Amino acid sequence: MEELNNLMHGFSVAMTLPNLGFMVLGITLGILIGVLPGLGGANGIAILLPLTFSMDQTSAIIMLSCIYWGALFGGAITSILFNIPGEPWSVATTFDGYPMAQQGRAGAALTAAFTSSFVGAFFAVLLITFLAPMVARFALKFGAAEMFAVQMLTFCSFVGMSKEPPAKTLAVMALGFALAAVGMDTVTGTLRMTYGVTELLKGFDFLIAVIGLFGIGEILLTMEEGLAFKGKSAKIQLDVVLKTWAELLRYWKTSIRSVLVGCWMGVTPGGATPASFMAYGLARRGAKDKDSFGKGNIEGVVAPETAAHAAGTSALLPMLTLGIPGSPTAAVLLGGLLIWGLQPGPLLFTEKPDFVWGLIASMYLGNIVGLIVVLTTVPWWAAILRIPFSVIGPVIIVICAIGAYTVHSSIFDVVMMLVFGVFGYLFKKLRYPLAPLVLALVLGDMAESSFRQSMLLSQGSLSIFWANPLVGGLMALSFVMLLWPIVPALKHYLRSRA
Amino acid sequence: MERSEEAAEAGLSNRWPELLVALFLFVMGIIAVIDSIRVGIGWEEGEGPRAGYFPFYIGCILLASSGWILITALMKFKRAQPQFASWTELRSVMQMLVPLTIYVAAVVFLGIYLSSLVLIAFFMKVHGKFGWLATAITSIGVPLGAFLLFERWFLVPLPKGPIELMLGL
Repeated sequence: MEELNNLMHGFSVAMTLPNLGFMVLGITLGILIGVLPGLGGANGIAILLPLTFSMDQTSAIIMLSCIYWGALFGGAITSILFNIPGEPWSVATTFDGYPMAQQGRAGAALTAAFTSSFVGAFFAVLLITFLAPMVARFALKFGAAEMFAVQMLTFCSFVGMSKEPPAKTLAVMALGFALAAVGMDTVTGTLRMTYGVTELLKGFDFLIAVIGLFGIGEILLTMEEGLAFKGKSAKIQLDVVLKTWAELLRYWKTSIRSVLVGCWMGVTPGGATPASFMAYGLARRGAKDKDSFGKGNIEGVVAPETAAHAAGTSALLPMLTLGIPGSPTAAVLLGGLLIWGLQPGPLLFTEKPDFVWGLIASMYLGNIVGLIVVLTTVPWWAAILRIPFSVIGPVIIVICAIGAYTVHSSIFDVVMMLVFGVFGYLFKKLRYPLAPLVLALVLGDMAESSFRQSMLLSQGSLSIFWANPLVGGLMALSFVMLLWPIVPALKHYLRSRA
Repeated sequence: MERSEEAAEAGLSNRWPELLVALFLFVMGIIAVIDSIRVGIGWEEGEGPRAGYFPFYIGCILLASSGWILITALMKFKRAQPQFASWTELRSVMQMLVPLTIYVAAVVFLGIYLSSLVLIAFFMKVHGKFGWLATAITSIGVPLGAFLLFERWFLVPLPKGPIELMLGL
């Protein structure tokens, strides 16, 4: 029950008045980010990161993680009211949420979405509370080789589990690693791939990449769709909330299933988007009246929202315990921690217990605060969305440019943001996944240094990667993941021969 | 999502974008490999792996995977391809991309405040058909808000140009 004591201590850290204020501020900013096209969880946090430099560490990370919750909630509002997913993981929510809104049941759909998000996140936080310390204790025994094996597994899972073509996943991942290597080598101090350009000395910051790829890229995509906001206005009455809650109890099976899918996909780097689609598919397959899905079935809102939030939240588990983020947004949070000199990983739990448990406690509080804030403020957000894109678009560009500049006070970064933006658009259109690129850019240095340390330990022999069952098992699993896409092709081949 | 080439509206097919992006990745792979070889990909006695050790293999993976994409793209080059985007869609994208590029160039020379003002005013006036008052309030308000928020409250300086210098800010 040590965890409970720690958690109680965490609550005492998080429950101060200023911190609660930062929570509300964070949630509000987060919803705003989630609602606006072109600003999402990952690049929104990247842009706001420099603003928190002057804040106290714990307060800063509490605010940032609350922005994260807010963004998760915000995506649902646009999906349901306007049939525009504010975030990729709320695409599945549009299938039934938008029809519900058109039938005049917007209030019920929103309540269902927010409540399911809350449930999904809540169970994922429970998972973090009890599992994270165990994982961290276990990971304390990890050496460089084991660390590299875990990182290897993370990246190979992308190839194995991604819906995009494996060659493209592998290519963008390698591009991410290559960009991460640009600049000064941390071990020997040699300059790499700078070709004499001074701006490249400090390398590519992944925050710039995130702002460009997700922010500018998304704006270009939005322009292509010729976006016009025409939606329902929404108000949520208390009796609708209570009635919906009573109705939701009937779908407990769907909720549990979606939580499980979400937590699994979050901890492994599957991410929130595939989790939401999987949960939607499962709910539909398990339902008695399959035909009502897509026409405004409330279960079709519950399933993807629960899974997306469970995944989004549990993505923080490997980030905190192993220093390996499960999603781009978790990666940006990790970047924030690094900037404050907090190295996420097993040691964080023993060296900075105040911080870790304060953060975990703030996840509980942030979710409750978030649920209350979204339920009460929905009409305002709906009103913001009726502002035409000819105003919102350029304002978001300005915000992105300011965000890119403030990371290092460098004009060159603003130019890079544009370049990343164009590639974000091209990559999206040509089905190159963006998440592996960002994660490779974040973890590049870490993966390289653990690889080189392992090589030093073994005097250059690769045998260190199967020296003990743990590292060998992780490596074997990585290769299974890496080669997984070949399986269907092989099956096809064997069948055609038989 | 994917539309065939015979879709209602004419547009750009995936053929060239696919090829050019793969080519770009391939070139990046070459850059990584060449520079890694320059700094040394071998083993330094007493020091361990050299600086190019890890990026060299990364470059090789990049070459192999983008090469694969390149070959597949070339193999189905003559076949019908899904549409990348219709011409109308591409025109909308350009309506954003061109001002955006000019904006970024302007930020480099004029600083962020004046450029942002012009960008917002341009979009509101040309695409939004807003009145002068609404345009003026928004296009002046946003940079002013950014100035107060960043320079005054959070003490984060933003890029300034000759105009701000003249005003003595």
